[in-house]
Amino acid sequence: MSAQLSIQGMTHYFGGLRAVSNFSFDVPQGAIYGLIGPNGSGKTTTFNLITGIYNPTEGKVLFEGKDITGMKPYKIVRSGIARTFQNLRIFSNLTALDNIRIARHYTTKSGIASSILRLPSFMNEEKTVKRESAALLDLMHLSSRANEEAKNLPYGELRRLEIARALATKPKLILLDEPAAGMNPKEVEELMSLIVRIRDEFKVTIFLIEHHMKVVMGICEYIKVIDFGETIAEGIPDLVGKDPKVLEAYLGKRGA
Amino acid sequence: MPNLKTIKLPKLLIFAAVLYAAIEILYKTDLMNGYILHIINQSLIYVILAVSLNLINGITGQFSLGHMGFAGVGAYVSGTLTTLIFKLSPSAPGGMLVFIASIVAGGIAAAIIGFLIGFPSLRLKGDYLAIVTLGFGEIIRTVFNNIDYVGGPRGLLGIPKFSNFTVIFVAAFLTIVIIRNLIESSHGRAMLSIRENELAAELVGIDTTKYKVLAFSIGAFFAGIAGGLFAHLLQLAHPTQFGFIKSVEVLIMIYAGGVGSITGSTVAAFALTFLSEGLRLGIRFVADTTGLPIGGEWRMVIYSLLLIFIMLFRTEGLMGTKESRLIKIGEAD
Repeated sequence: MSAQLSIQGMTHYFGGLRAVSNFSFDVPQGAIYGLIGPNGSGKTTTFNLITGIYNPTEGKVLFEGKDITGMKPYKIVRSGIARTFQNLRIFSNLTALDNIRIARHYTTKSGIASSILRLPSFMNEEKTVKRESAALLDLMHLSSRANEEAKNLPYGELRRLEIARALATKPKLILLDEPAAGMNPKEVEELMSLIVRIRDEFKVTIFLIEHHMKVVMGICEYIKVIDFGETIAEGIPDLVGKDPKVLEAYLGKRGA
Repeated sequence: MPNLKTIKLPKLLIFAAVLYAAIEILYKTDLMNGYILHIINQSLIYVILAVSLNLINGITGQFSLGHMGFAGVGAYVSGTLTTLIFKLSPSAPGGMLVFIASIVAGGIAAAIIGFLIGFPSLRLKGDYLAIVTLGFGEIIRTVFNNIDYVGGPRGLLGIPKFSNFTVIFVAAFLTIVIIRNLIESSHGRAMLSIRENELAAELVGIDTTKYKVLAFSIGAFFAGIAGGLFAHLLQLAHPTQFGFIKSVEVLIMIYAGGVGSITGSTVAAFALTFLSEGLRLGIRFVADTTGLPIGGEWRMVIYSLLLIFIMLFRTEGLMGTKESRLIKIGEAD
């Protein structure tokens, strides 16, 4: 397995505050890779740097060998990196189906004129997009919600809808920002098998941030632990779980 | 098997044809006087303005306060072409074609200005964008006020009266159909996603800048068309017709009708234009019959009160974001 995503010497400051410090790591192709760390340790910032929401103060992001540092977010998405958000960012007043269809937009070819004239080529493309989007909803067990406005969906379904939307952009790498947040134990179980299934069926690499230890230890093949923007441990789940520095960061110093 | 499009599109067409025929018959048989027809014409022009502003404010979620500035560009460009360059008279052979070409040229000019203004300013959001568009709208107005060639503060006078009910009706109908079709396409959904959550839109691969500028330019194009029709209906183009207050009037229409609803914008454009005129007559009638010392100035008081009531008791506007079944296109399966 070769590195699909490669972060090289990435540092990011917010004003004088150093959020991420000299980060370097590789996410291998096809892996389920976990990034964990306490609140404020720079996890989401890392995602924002990869997806182009922020430009790193220093360092580079390579995706499949190509430098994507400083590219516009929508171009990074088009190169094959999709993401979900810690605080959901759903198109709430649109239907579940439209949420998915919007993510397919950049792959459509019909121009403005053929869309307005509703030429056969446009109609065919619309049908294809609709069919494929419906299939994604089906995969996420959201078929019955297709024509429901997203704001009426319960939280767990919205989380799945957001993953489906990310998949609709036809990514090669998906960044999941705390996918299990706010889920009950049963939903967490389902989510874990879903993530593995997505990786296997869509042949995508999964890179996730998570607080939920069960998820991280259960499905990640490789884990990186960060605190205050620096790496404190990394490796396979069994070893990381026993690392004293990790326990300290999460549970506090013994006797403190 | 015929797809739904071939069934649904004519429904709106049939409705429009019946409406058109009814108004024509009423007018030709003198059941409706020219004054009413004039208000209908004005309403239809406001339909174009409201539906196109709705594309910018309601669908794409940007906040433009300079819509009438674009109408001004259309009015002055088309007016200059027909009046000063081609010196058309309504009876000139082929005049109608030159007039339509001039109107379209006015729309294109407005779209170009919209593009030039939109590109730098659409990186601003909300209130800030509103102020910038307000400023640009005023600049456009001031420019016309200072160009002697188009009459300066006197306005461009003697514009031939080419706008008639048929032309305006067809233009309004086409505006509704084109913007409706645009909204119900992948491009339209891209615009909606910007309104819903700009960052998420960007992160599912939407070029948000492109679609904001596009919505702005298309909106400006139709505003330009409306401005041209206005100029050739009232036979003048005057800087005060295209000021900030006039932009607010159109803005009120889309809020009263329901932001994001073409049906709402259309209904509100008619309702508010007729209301405004109706109050003029109503107040005169009340003053005449009761002898109370009330004049035209009360019109805006009552008009404003009615708007406040709409907003208090139906905040989402008359239609909300809903569309009439006439406007909606069925999904193609």
